[in-house]
Amino acid sequence: MSSVDAAVADGIARPGWRAHAAARRASAQARQAPAHLTEPRWVRTLLLLAALGFLGLFLFAPLITVFAEALRRGTALYFSAIADPDAWAAIRLTLLVAAISLPVNLIFGVAVAWAVTRFQFRGKQLLVTLIDLPFTVSPVVAGLVFILLFGRHGWLGDFLLAHDMKIVYAVPGVVLATLFVTFPFVARSLIPLMQAQGSDEEHAALTLGASGWTIFRRVTLPNIKWGLLYGAILGNARAIGEFGAVSVVSGHVRGLTNTMTLHIEILYNEYMFSAAFAVASLLALLALVTLALKSWVEWRTNVQQGGAGRAAIV
Amino acid sequence: MHSSTISERRRGGDAPAARSGPSHGAQASRFGVLPGFGLTMGYSMLYLSILVLIPLATLPIKASDLGWEGFWAAVSAPRVVASYRLTFGASLVAALVNTFFGFVVAWVLVRYRFPGRRFLDALVDLPFALPTAVAGIALTTLYASNGWLGSRIEQWWGWKIAYTPAGIVIALIFIGMPFVVRTVQPVLQDIERELEEAAASLGAGRLDVFLKVLLPAVFPALLTGFALAFARAIGEYGSVIFIAGNRPMVSEITPLLIISKLEQFDYAGAAAIATVMLGFSFVLLLFINVLQWWKGHRDVGRTK
Repeated sequence: MSSVDAAVADGIARPGWRAHAAARRASAQARQAPAHLTEPRWVRTLLLLAALGFLGLFLFAPLITVFAEALRRGTALYFSAIADPDAWAAIRLTLLVAAISLPVNLIFGVAVAWAVTRFQFRGKQLLVTLIDLPFTVSPVVAGLVFILLFGRHGWLGDFLLAHDMKIVYAVPGVVLATLFVTFPFVARSLIPLMQAQGSDEEHAALTLGASGWTIFRRVTLPNIKWGLLYGAILGNARAIGEFGAVSVVSGHVRGLTNTMTLHIEILYNEYMFSAAFAVASLLALLALVTLALKSWVEWRTNVQQGGAGRAAIV
Repeated sequence: MHSSTISERRRGGDAPAARSGPSHGAQASRFGVLPGFGLTMGYSMLYLSILVLIPLATLPIKASDLGWEGFWAAVSAPRVVASYRLTFGASLVAALVNTFFGFVVAWVLVRYRFPGRRFLDALVDLPFALPTAVAGIALTTLYASNGWLGSRIEQWWGWKIAYTPAGIVIALIFIGMPFVVRTVQPVLQDIERELEEAAASLGAGRLDVFLKVLLPAVFPALLTGFALAFARAIGEYGSVIFIAGNRPMVSEITPLLIISKLEQFDYAGAAAIATVMLGFSFVLLLFINVLQWWKGHRDVGRTK
């Protein structure tokens, strides 16, 4: 099963799922840890300071920088940077791309998880490993392949030109690149979950005469809804924040093919730092909301399933 | 993911809900009983082929336009080799730093109680949620010579961080941070206190317990976290290009080189370098899979 639960997880470091349950269990232990089972006080203090220092330098400082820089020149400039037509176009495009990727990724995630966890077939390991591929492939490479396929000199370049269609350096290319980097998220959060749940309930429904669609809707879906949500949250964060792959295929046409991250890059390179950070602060807020939602889902699945169901939630 | 199944296995059958690996293997092998195999499998394969496999296949095919010698010349030009050295070197340093501090952070989060622990725990995933471009401009501003941290570092030690390879390492530390924490954390949580108790009662000091009981148990997870952080760092682009300075031979990473080839319309050259990177992605993926397998099997062995 090594690769079913293989871990090339980008956002999907799924231990988080169960971290909280186990943390609760561990917290009881930790509080009572007797002297011979814990470190001397100075070691504990030192480790705690090291951890806080590390997180402070590499996590808090950048996060605070985003908001501090965004508001440094005052709120008027902040709001005018966000209200700028190019910024609005970028926000709209980013939301459009996210809105397209989300359902596509959900459908693919459910389909592949159903095939992988409910059936036995040759090459399953390979399929599961393939799903991990976008996590190790550089986003730049992900963008490049679409240029090679659909670019002016690409394989389908002549065909597209003849039919007056544009994929790269246009919105469809941005969507494709985003789909490439985000498709594993839902699949990756569903596969271990559905694996752990097993298919007893579905088989029971089948013997009671339920159709495939009914089984899925009435039995499977309620069981996996939190896993779906979890994958959707992480995939969505990536879709909105993707930069490398999108930057290769977008062509950077202002107001047309610029996503929010690309708009930030342009502003930054033009030394409009406050404006760049103003738009960046929106994305940083969204990242914080994502983390809050993620923690909430982890907490919910915990409470709902209790200790016994925990094994099922990866 | 891996960690949960491990813990299930380790607990053996004691929890009724821990339906572990082998049993659903048996269920799933009732091939064809549940409906939808053709539909879901067909759709998955079609989707993967169109979105991933066919596009990735264009890389070696396009690169083969160059011929074997041209390919070799493209991927071994001095500027390209310098970029490999930088990309791999910086990724290695960043992954090592993350392995060490990630372990410390995981340790502190699991073992110690302090105010704000939950908050900190949730925030560790920030690099997954924050767009890399945002991280890039924030880190650059922070570590530039006139930045809040950069100015102090330069004043105290005379080091320049932003626009040097050191800046690249900083960015890669940021994006790789959660991997080690999130792979080590659950393993650390599942270690039974009885083991430490036993070691202590046999007269082992705290350091002995750490080195001989805890560290070996955590080691595979540490290695996996390291590999994940390393793999992620190799391909990273967004957070690095802002802080790197991007000077050829000095601070130009490989993904950036692909983009500059593309901007010169050297598609075959870009594809050649991308093929090398893709090959390396496969190798890392394989390595990580082997690690997972090792981790799983070690744990199974231990329960018995």
